[in-house]
Amino acid sequence: MTVHSFQEHFDEKIDNEVSIEPRDWMPDDYRKTLIRQISQHAHSEIVGMLPEGNWITRAPSLRRKAVLLAKVQDEGGHGLYLYSAAETLGITRDEMIEQLHSGKAKYSSIFNYPTLTWADMGAIGWLVDGAAIMNQVPLCRTSYGPYARAMVRVCKEESFHQRQGFEIMMTLANGTEVQKKLAQDALNRWWWPSIMMFGPPDDDSPNTAQSMRWRIKRFTNDELRQKFIDVTVEQAKLIGLTVPDPDLKWNEETGHYDYGKINWDEFWNVVKGNGPCNKERLETRRKAWEEGKWVRDAALAYAEKRKARKEKATLAA
Amino acid sequence: MTNQPINKSTNQLIYALQLADNALILGHRISEWCGHGPVLEQDIAITNTALDHLGQARSFYQFAANVFNALPADQKANFFSSPVLQNKIAAGENIDEDDLAYLRDGWDFRNVLLVEQPNKDWAFTVIRSFFYDAYNFYFYTELQKSKVAELAAIAEKSLKEVTYHLRWSSEWVIRLGDGTDESHERMQEAVNERWAYTGELFQMSEADKAMLAEGMGVDLNGIKPLWEQRVAEVLQEATITMPANTWMQEGGKEGRHSEHLGYILAELQFMQRAYPNMEW
Repeated sequence: MTVHSFQEHFDEKIDNEVSIEPRDWMPDDYRKTLIRQISQHAHSEIVGMLPEGNWITRAPSLRRKAVLLAKVQDEGGHGLYLYSAAETLGITRDEMIEQLHSGKAKYSSIFNYPTLTWADMGAIGWLVDGAAIMNQVPLCRTSYGPYARAMVRVCKEESFHQRQGFEIMMTLANGTEVQKKLAQDALNRWWWPSIMMFGPPDDDSPNTAQSMRWRIKRFTNDELRQKFIDVTVEQAKLIGLTVPDPDLKWNEETGHYDYGKINWDEFWNVVKGNGPCNKERLETRRKAWEEGKWVRDAALAYAEKRKARKEKATLAA
Repeated sequence: MTNQPINKSTNQLIYALQLADNALILGHRISEWCGHGPVLEQDIAITNTALDHLGQARSFYQFAANVFNALPADQKANFFSSPVLQNKIAAGENIDEDDLAYLRDGWDFRNVLLVEQPNKDWAFTVIRSFFYDAYNFYFYTELQKSKVAELAAIAEKSLKEVTYHLRWSSEWVIRLGDGTDESHERMQEAVNERWAYTGELFQMSEADKAMLAEGMGVDLNGIKPLWEQRVAEVLQEATITMPANTWMQEGGKEGRHSEHLGYILAELQFMQRAYPNMEW
């Protein structure tokens, strides 16, 4: 086949919703886009372990502690599936980690915000995981097979996380005055960063059109953001919390909520590294990796010694 | 804990607290690794063991709380030194697993000193787990025969988890001991440093002795040789020199702890102390 016919064959598959598999021919830019997106997603899971991990040792009850530990562990598991999916595109996990640590690869900016109170565990589960689900459910049908399959597993667990987060918020909102205050304070701090999670507005999102064409993306940033706001505002009402947006208003005509102006200046600054915790998060990841080097080296050396001993034993036999 | 007429119930209570406190504090220490492990697979694996220890702690605390709530009022009143707990008890309220974990001060904690020692690095973490897992494996094997049905049931369930913990920590001791020069050196240092905390594992407290006499507890002298043999085998395979017999640190089982426990509790109990009497 000529390159031209490879391309036609690929396009045909995309148009017919046939998934692309690791050994299939694919355009270089498709491969690059996927590596960027999947590794960014994997890094988000790993860096995302930190803000919640921050409260494991301080969880207010043993039950909450167990659920939180299991949740943060799940995120590690998601990172693992996603790194594996990205590896099928011809990049190693070590290379991806190197790109994270050098700042070349990005991760979701939301994790550059601090977790200041226990209520933040509720807000993250409810809002951040809620937003992640909106983004990720369509990815279960994304055109690249290994990514789509990884996302099916991830989404199942994320919806559990979202429910447990909402349950923490509900418990606080139904609790004492100070607990209500904790819940409202967490919503105030996490609302805007959460709706920024869907990325820049459509008219300022250069990659969207191509990703939609490749069926990597199924909905635009603004479509997903609107869907999230419509659902979440109702949930906030249900537990008696106020969404911190004075311009929020139900629009009869569109059948959606209108919302206030998003501070994109803040968004781009956090992306560029100026968020409250960018430096700490990366430093923590680098430190874990560097301090773990002797452990990884030892495991490798031991595995090699063992293999050599086995071969020697086989030869002797 | 204050002087009380010792009876079967209080022995069961103290015994369960010893077990629960060991599990809670070790689980707490291990959970500090979550998100910071040397490689993702091991981050996930070690967090799993933290979850197991936490689950075991909860089972023992729930049992302990039931035993405590059934005690006569005069025995309950000053059983724990914590004023917050005493007030609760004076008000006629039952206590639960969280009260036991979050409202007692260090002198009422009965965990061994080994489990509260800091993580330091992967070698120190692994050896702490290995010494404890090997003990726990033989301990739970025996506790399955306890005449107290609840304790036997928790032991049986936990033994499955502990069997995996012991395999995991043994493999890491061997891998580090027989890995690179650096990992060997670090492992040897960790073994030498933590060895002094192993003697307390086999020290029989009053509750241990009383429970053994009733056929409800485990003979720690009986499992000691099994532990010694297992440790010797694994250290040998790891090419690690067994430390000479040395002075052993003790006191945890009587509520005299190292300085580390205070900081663990300050962190662990922060929410319940800052926001008392609330549902979470």
